[in-house]
Amino acid sequence: MKSLKFSLSLLLITTISNAQNYPSGKSILDKVDNNMSSKSRVVTAKMEIAGSRATRTMVEKTYSEGDHKAYTEYLAPAREKGTKMLKLENQLWIYSPSTDRTIQISGHMLRQSVMGSDMSYEDLMNDTPLLHRYKADVTGEESIDSRTCWIVTLTAIIADITYYRQKMWVDKEHYVPLKIEMFAKSGKLLKRTTLSNIQKVQGRWFPMSFTYKDMLKDGVGTKISILDIQLDSAIPANYFNLGNLN
Amino acid sequence: MLLIKTALRSLIGNGLKTWLNVFVLSFSFVLIIFMQGLLEGWNRQAVKDAVKWEIAGGQYWNQKYDPYDPFSIDSSASALPVTFKSEYAAHQLEPILISQGTIYPGGHMFSTLLKGIRADQHLLALPTNLLKSKNSSDIPVIIGMNMAKQTNLKVNDIVTLRWRDVNGTFEAVDIRIAGIFKTPVPTVDVGQIWLSLKQLQKMTLQPNAATILIKSDQVATQTLTAWPFKDQIEMTKQTVALVKAKSTGFSIFYFIFLMLALIAIFDTQTLSIFRRQREIGTFVALGMTQSQVVGLFTLEGTLNALLAIVAGTLYGLPLFIYYALKGLSFGMDTSSFGIPMDDRMYPVFTPNLIFGTIIFIIVITAAVSYLPARKIARMKPTDAIRGKAL
Repeated sequence: MKSLKFSLSLLLITTISNAQNYPSGKSILDKVDNNMSSKSRVVTAKMEIAGSRATRTMVEKTYSEGDHKAYTEYLAPAREKGTKMLKLENQLWIYSPSTDRTIQISGHMLRQSVMGSDMSYEDLMNDTPLLHRYKADVTGEESIDSRTCWIVTLTAIIADITYYRQKMWVDKEHYVPLKIEMFAKSGKLLKRTTLSNIQKVQGRWFPMSFTYKDMLKDGVGTKISILDIQLDSAIPANYFNLGNLN
Repeated sequence: MLLIKTALRSLIGNGLKTWLNVFVLSFSFVLIIFMQGLLEGWNRQAVKDAVKWEIAGGQYWNQKYDPYDPFSIDSSASALPVTFKSEYAAHQLEPILISQGTIYPGGHMFSTLLKGIRADQHLLALPTNLLKSKNSSDIPVIIGMNMAKQTNLKVNDIVTLRWRDVNGTFEAVDIRIAGIFKTPVPTVDVGQIWLSLKQLQKMTLQPNAATILIKSDQVATQTLTAWPFKDQIEMTKQTVALVKAKSTGFSIFYFIFLMLALIAIFDTQTLSIFRRQREIGTFVALGMTQSQVVGLFTLEGTLNALLAIVAGTLYGLPLFIYYALKGLSFGMDTSSFGIPMDDRMYPVFTPNLIFGTIIFIIVITAAVSYLPARKIARMKPTDAIRGKAL
């Protein structure tokens, strides 16, 4: 009995001492923000949406300022060319050239898929800082593609949230997330984002390729490859104007 | 009586021509009654099935509920009104909570409506007794055959269900297909999963909430602004309208058959008047007025309809009785048609339908027989006797 108590105490002490060796979740997320946040971004990206029969490829150019303003224009294919999206704070509008109409995506419509991809409009709209929505704890270390990472577990602290729990693998050296997993309250893995091809862009480490995958269904998910990125460049104010859509 | 005897003798004297006319007309007569009976039977069956599987004594809908707006379904539930407490306890009122979810059978994504209902309800024919859990982690659900076919799910299959709770947070669990039911009502089957009301309320974090309330016809209807009542007539009006539309569509076929028969009668009458000019002249010479001769020829044509009714009754009546009792199967799966339709349809032949059709055919045949007979009134009797009136 004494021996069992001793073993349990030893295990507890070891666990506590290991946990104390980890940095705080907040400090890791702050470093990720410092590395990746910029005043503005102009990103040209290719989105490949793998369907059951064929893969659709789209090219889009996004202009964003902070987390609250973003303007996206689809450049290819011809069918989607001219489609524009404008996000201002928590509002989102889409302009479709085929109907020459601008519609606001709101309420339950935000839960729909973006252009048939594995992402929802809601996923794009989430701009509240993670620490306002989640409690962050570093729960381990793991290597991904020979890069050692902190595992940051995020648990929701508010009720009105899409994913109750997220797990983020953050590169210990570059402070770039290499993998993010989103979980249901039951613990079931729902979505996984893998970030790769990390490159130094204007002094910051940045993933140039993302794969976004709904883990409950078959398929390879949606792949986004950044073709060109410019950080902290000046964006004309009229880009974030509703009148710019049509 | 003499006129009828004379007309009948002339008609039968026409031989094969008469019997061909009678057969075509009797076929139209039997077809009209049979098809209309089939539609009436479908209409009655559809309404009866909808009441049995979906409507019961009527439904109270939450005023925010719009079944045609998928974006508002998740936010259209609210607490069960206290005024229904006693009916609820006595199982005279069954709350149904409706939410949206996604299942992943075989790795494919399939959007579905989740409907929560009490396992011990008895207002609807759904086999809800299968919704009782074996243990705390077991979530039994029932689906219709059409849904099972679309998703390729079988009894005891486990499939992942993903949904959002009332706050919009994703949740996912594995559910067990506890039963697959066969229903002629697609609106309780296609794209739907039925599970225990308590379970769905717990899953969506909406305790005591309901989207619609199904009422027994044993209890009185209450008027509540927040829960407008939809009676059986309102709930089935689309089905009834659809059957009516089908009935109109079918009338094109009756029209074609009837036209064939009537053209044949018209031709026979015209030919008969041309060939029987001397007979017409003789009738007038013997003292009959021209309008009496017109009446004779009209009667002769109309007797085609009466003979057709007799012939139609001879072979149609056993046919009607057989199908009214045994039903008619089209040998195809009707569950994906989107309308309440049993595999076997039982035609209903009402007196209104039978006598209405008889009168209609007699009147229209009389009219068609009268049109060529009008020429007789313009004949000179002397020319008619010589066979040169036309």
